[in-house]
Amino acid sequence: MTQTNTVEEIVSQPYKYGFITDIETEKIPKGLNADVIRLISAKKNEPEFLLKFRLRAYEQWLKMNEPDWSGLTYSKVDYQDLVYYAAPKQDVKKKSLDEVDPKLLETFDKLGIPLSEQKRLTNVAVDAVFDSVSIATTYKEKLAEYGVIFCSISEAISEYPHLIEKYMGTVVPINDNFFAALNSAVFSDGSFVYIPKGVECPMELSSYFRINSGDTGQFERTLIIAEESSSVSYLEGCTAPMFDTNTLHAAVVELVALDNASIKYSTVQNWYAGNEEGVGGIYNFVTKRGECRGKKSKISWSQVETGSAITWKYPSCVLQGDNSIGEFYSIALTNNHQKADTGTKMIHIGKNTKSKIVSKGISAGKSKNSYRGLVSISSNAEGSRNYSQCDSMLIGDKASANTYPYIQSKQPQSNIEHEASTCRISEDQLFYLQSRGIDFEESVSMLISGFCTDVFNELPMEFASEADKLLALKLEGSVG
Amino acid sequence: MISSTSETILLIQDLHASVEDQQILHGVNLIVKEGEIHAIMGRNGSGKSTLSKVIAGHPSYNVLSGSIQFKGTNILELAPEERARIGIFLGFQYPVEIPGVSNLEFLRVATNARRKELLKSELDTFEFEDLVKERLKIVEMDPAFLERSVNEGFSGGEKKRNEILQMALLEPAISILDETDSGLDIDALRIVASGINKLSKPNSATILITHYQRLLNEITPDFVHIMADGQIIKTGNKDLAVELEKSGYDFIDKNTEDKEIAK
Repeated sequence: MTQTNTVEEIVSQPYKYGFITDIETEKIPKGLNADVIRLISAKKNEPEFLLKFRLRAYEQWLKMNEPDWSGLTYSKVDYQDLVYYAAPKQDVKKKSLDEVDPKLLETFDKLGIPLSEQKRLTNVAVDAVFDSVSIATTYKEKLAEYGVIFCSISEAISEYPHLIEKYMGTVVPINDNFFAALNSAVFSDGSFVYIPKGVECPMELSSYFRINSGDTGQFERTLIIAEESSSVSYLEGCTAPMFDTNTLHAAVVELVALDNASIKYSTVQNWYAGNEEGVGGIYNFVTKRGECRGKKSKISWSQVETGSAITWKYPSCVLQGDNSIGEFYSIALTNNHQKADTGTKMIHIGKNTKSKIVSKGISAGKSKNSYRGLVSISSNAEGSRNYSQCDSMLIGDKASANTYPYIQSKQPQSNIEHEASTCRISEDQLFYLQSRGIDFEESVSMLISGFCTDVFNELPMEFASEADKLLALKLEGSVG
Repeated sequence: MISSTSETILLIQDLHASVEDQQILHGVNLIVKEGEIHAIMGRNGSGKSTLSKVIAGHPSYNVLSGSIQFKGTNILELAPEERARIGIFLGFQYPVEIPGVSNLEFLRVATNARRKELLKSELDTFEFEDLVKERLKIVEMDPAFLERSVNEGFSGGEKKRNEILQMALLEPAISILDETDSGLDIDALRIVASGINKLSKPNSATILITHYQRLLNEITPDFVHIMADGQIIKTGNKDLAVELEKSGYDFIDKNTEDKEIAK
């Protein structure tokens, strides 16, 4: 066996989160029309403005075509063959964890996200979303002492409708793109975060998304608002069972940072990626965007993308406020038949705005991994700067890596730097580590961690080692 | 110091090996015992570096025939990491840079792999830091090197000192140092040579692969071997290296020719 084959074996390891929770689910019938949207809205007791929002989005969506510019090939989704609302059967959202179905708690335990009071993570508040609904949010009371709101978006819609009405759809308009329009019409649940003026959020906030049903589309909606001089760090994690059909996940995430506010948004995405032949897996078509509305505000995206059959997303920053800062740090690992087309958009509007992009793509098997990014500097954005660095690592000779950096500058007083590299796992580096007594597998894993280290350094401390472990897990071989 | 009862560490018999379908070694024989220092000299392309890579188990090199035994055990079937753990150390001529991997963490993982083999307890971060700080003195290295990525941006001399630091931590039974002296200025050479001397133990052995006599002025070899065309064609004591320095490799060629004529 050649060295390369062995490296490929190491990156192919069975998916550990593929189990299905056997739980009674309430589902609405398949298909999408205005009545289905009314039904979803009614089930959630939504105010009138939101129903109108949904119906407007639906009308827009009907006029739009599914985009095909990415070069991703996938069997088209039959939008009438999907279920748009699925929820584990329990009457209403429970007031306390004791009332939550133990099977659900057990599911999250198994995923390493214990929710119960005794076992839950210290200093991390978790919103746990199962299929279309949020089942529990921890540390809500403690956060409330600081005026921080952290709850499911459904709860926010009923408790804080003025905030929802004021902000939802202002960063990602309902007609932004095909999948965002669909999400705006049918979104089920997701997380809501509000950090009041001058508050530094006292703990990490985290949402954990679990898809359980096979034929259900997943449409989460997340909205984070950081008022003047506030700051928050938020992390989302995602897993799904193994089905041989493809499940659509089309989320929308909107971030708003006002003057001097800072939002750090990290993602560890490990949706089911399909089997070795590329059958099954999640279509992860997500719109994520943050607006630095205030001056000196900052939005930082970091993502570790290891799952999904297809990942198609560009977490972006609109740098409106003068001196605002946007950052994007990404690791995308693809294997077998996975495809990833991901990157960011940095839109410089304000003066002296800065952005930084660090992207690390690792492609193994027959996978395709593309970085696609836009740096746009408007005529008013004098003194703006961007630095981009896109590195790709290829494992084996059947994987591919592409980089598509688009740069538009209408401002001569700006500074844009772009660096790109492509490498292979070097036999010499491997041999060097091995000749010091380090296992072949550990050596590969060390080299990949080393390749990604610039991005790991940007993850919240609590999760940096988790992410490293996730990569190592993904790289763990069948032997030893 | 060397007695006939010393244990044999390395026994190479009639070794033939190739790289990329080109045969480089044509029957190498070598015995290395405890406490011995051997020097292997020879022109570029004579097979010195190939021999070191084959002993360490580099996957690009194929053994065609012959054997390599370490303390009586055939090692040809062992993976490079297994050879390292039982005590075979290769000091590289060109140590590679590994960006993003912390030198300290790399040294710790390597040291613990070796310690595990020796049934010693593995060292945690704090215990290891104590050990490594003490060993750094042997090669007069600044602790700042530990915080950097493995060999990244190190000068030639710093890379070689980092190799000797690894040797000091792994405490191998046999160290094969491939042109450790190349590219070193006179001070770095002295530091590296003194490190190697300090690390020589009665129960370990060293093979120095070198072009030049100057390293052998600092480290006195018990045996000097001359390699040519993938074989050891002449073995002597330290005087052989002196002779070689004086007369160049032509003197060897001449001797060999004489021998062939005599045949």
